[in-house]
Amino acid sequence: MSTPKTIYDKIWESHIVDTNDDGTTILYIDRHLVHEVTSPQAFEGLRLSGRKVRRPEFTLATADHNVPTADRDKGIADPDSKLQVETLEMNAKENNITYLPMTDKRQGIVHIVGPEQGFTQPGMTIVCGDSHTSTHGAFGALAWGIGTSEVEHTLATQTLVQTKAKNMCIKITGKVIEGVTAKDIVLAIIRKIGTAGGTGYVIEYTGEAIRNLSMEGRMTVCNMSIEAGARAGLISPDEKTCEYLRGRPLAPKGEVFEDAVNYWKSLATDEGAHYDSVVEVKADEIIPQITWGTSPEDVVSIDGFVPDPEIEKNADKKKSIERALDYMGLEPNMPVNEIKIDKVFIGSCTNGRIEDLRAVSQIAKGRKVEKGVHAMIVPGSGLVKEQAEKEGLDKIFIEAGFDWRDPGCSMCLAMNADKLQPQERCASTSNRNFEGRQGRGGRTHLMSPQMAAAAAIRGKLTDFRDL
Amino acid sequence: MEKFNKLSGHAIPLRITNVDTDMIIPKQFLKTIKRTGLGEFLFYELRYDQDGNKISSFALNQEQYKDASILIAGKNFGCGSSREHAPWSIADYGIKCIIAPSYADIFYNNCFKNGILPIILDEATVSRLQDTSDSILNFNIDLEKQNITFLENNEKKEISFEIDPAKKKCLLEGLDDIGLTLNKVASIGHFEEDQENEIPWLYGNKLK
Repeated sequence: MSTPKTIYDKIWESHIVDTNDDGTTILYIDRHLVHEVTSPQAFEGLRLSGRKVRRPEFTLATADHNVPTADRDKGIADPDSKLQVETLEMNAKENNITYLPMTDKRQGIVHIVGPEQGFTQPGMTIVCGDSHTSTHGAFGALAWGIGTSEVEHTLATQTLVQTKAKNMCIKITGKVIEGVTAKDIVLAIIRKIGTAGGTGYVIEYTGEAIRNLSMEGRMTVCNMSIEAGARAGLISPDEKTCEYLRGRPLAPKGEVFEDAVNYWKSLATDEGAHYDSVVEVKADEIIPQITWGTSPEDVVSIDGFVPDPEIEKNADKKKSIERALDYMGLEPNMPVNEIKIDKVFIGSCTNGRIEDLRAVSQIAKGRKVEKGVHAMIVPGSGLVKEQAEKEGLDKIFIEAGFDWRDPGCSMCLAMNADKLQPQERCASTSNRNFEGRQGRGGRTHLMSPQMAAAAAIRGKLTDFRDL
Repeated sequence: MEKFNKLSGHAIPLRITNVDTDMIIPKQFLKTIKRTGLGEFLFYELRYDQDGNKISSFALNQEQYKDASILIAGKNFGCGSSREHAPWSIADYGIKCIIAPSYADIFYNNCFKNGILPIILDEATVSRLQDTSDSILNFNIDLEKQNITFLENNEKKEISFEIDPAKKKCLLEGLDDIGLTLNKVASIGHFEEDQENEIPWLYGNKLK
């Protein structure tokens, strides 16, 4: 019998094109997502060297980082943003790459569009010039973020030169308690292993609590693998994965779909496969999580307190806590559920899918956003927006006082007009709470959509289960 | 790509851990369609206050580090986004070598595509070098020999470092890795033929 393998081992081995003399591997890339921010210099590189895109049909482009999320009929006001988006459109056209413009209802955040269209499938290698490419790992694909030089390499060769990472298993045992979401699971993981805990690894998420998650929830978990330092995170495909893909525009059809299902299921990690590192988290110990500081590892449960640097023994860590408290404008030892907020951002590639919006509508229904709080909801794609409106969620949001907008990355990274003012505090469903991430001087607290919605209603961080 | 062999220059100590890519180059500078010209925006929000005045306590603004070409940083340097604007802004500023206890994976990889040598040393040594850089300005970095040398109290000090041989070669030779991969274009073609036979649904299906 052959050696048991992890899903990562299997995908890696099935994509080896060649091995270089220095021991690096030329790995085939099945699919490439392209957006406006990290691609212009790559296309320019191709032009300057007279090279062509090898497989335009394996490449899909859309604009997401820079696009406005309101008044779209007026176009993009910022001239630099406009030029960047127009450059992508031109590059896509010149190279025969499918491009979904702002006017197409399928436009949205690349990591939401890929799965929606069935572009993302199990067993694939998928790259994008964006660190949250790990999202696609939810389907049992090996998906990771790359820089612009590698975007150019992929465009020109449909391969990347890689060194194999190590295997890490993060097992979430047991069942979560009611009201605990995928976001709480992944924040609890990062809290446990830290932002460099996964460096050098590909993480496979396993265990009952992961199996019980919907595909949307699995995408939320895999999305934040990068915040745990891992380039990629994935989940072995199962029946849910296959059912999500059935009927998607780019998914195989008819009999071929059944062949694909057999192949996809064969990718799951073999019993007894070796992991270089195993981390276990007990699902029933997780309650809603939020971040208090400026690193995604600065996580605390909603019934917890802002940390006190005085009791931290590690000098380096003490300094980091002091710096974060100063930036965040927080006092040590204060209960986190007393932290007042100014803004709410619900959306992003982490939590901008239909399931997230449904969860928010449950909280918003019959309630009102606290006076003085601006709460925006930005769907992850035009199709998410359309579905939400079909279900009447938009009416619930608007009735409750939320600002219902058009799809894009928006205030996750504040490259468009949606940003925090200095010292403004935001309850956000996005993935990064770095200094200045949502606008210079802005203060970000990461949490689940339910928790962000509850913060909007109460005007402060709140356990949504107490509403 | 620009080759890296030897470097002699001043070093800037940056005593912050988990320096993320938003700190290195804030998003408002990602709207460029060029690779060049980002050096003036490196660490923008740490270098300048909200009115655009220089923050004098920040190392990059201090006279003694004015011409530095080496950055000595805290652990997990470059965490966050995949934006290659981070190494572009560092290289454009004139920094060609970073010394830190650890790096985020994508950033580390991006450095090698841009002629920047990211050296990994243990935390104690990095901390010592940061302190040294306050008073001793000149460090010599030799990639071929894998060492850092400097004079301290008229005595030559040497610290050696490890680096993956493939990555070392890439910097020493300034290789065009796309060109190298394209030398194996026949293998890529064979791979595609085999894959199309085995997993035919991956082929010939394009979004309209």
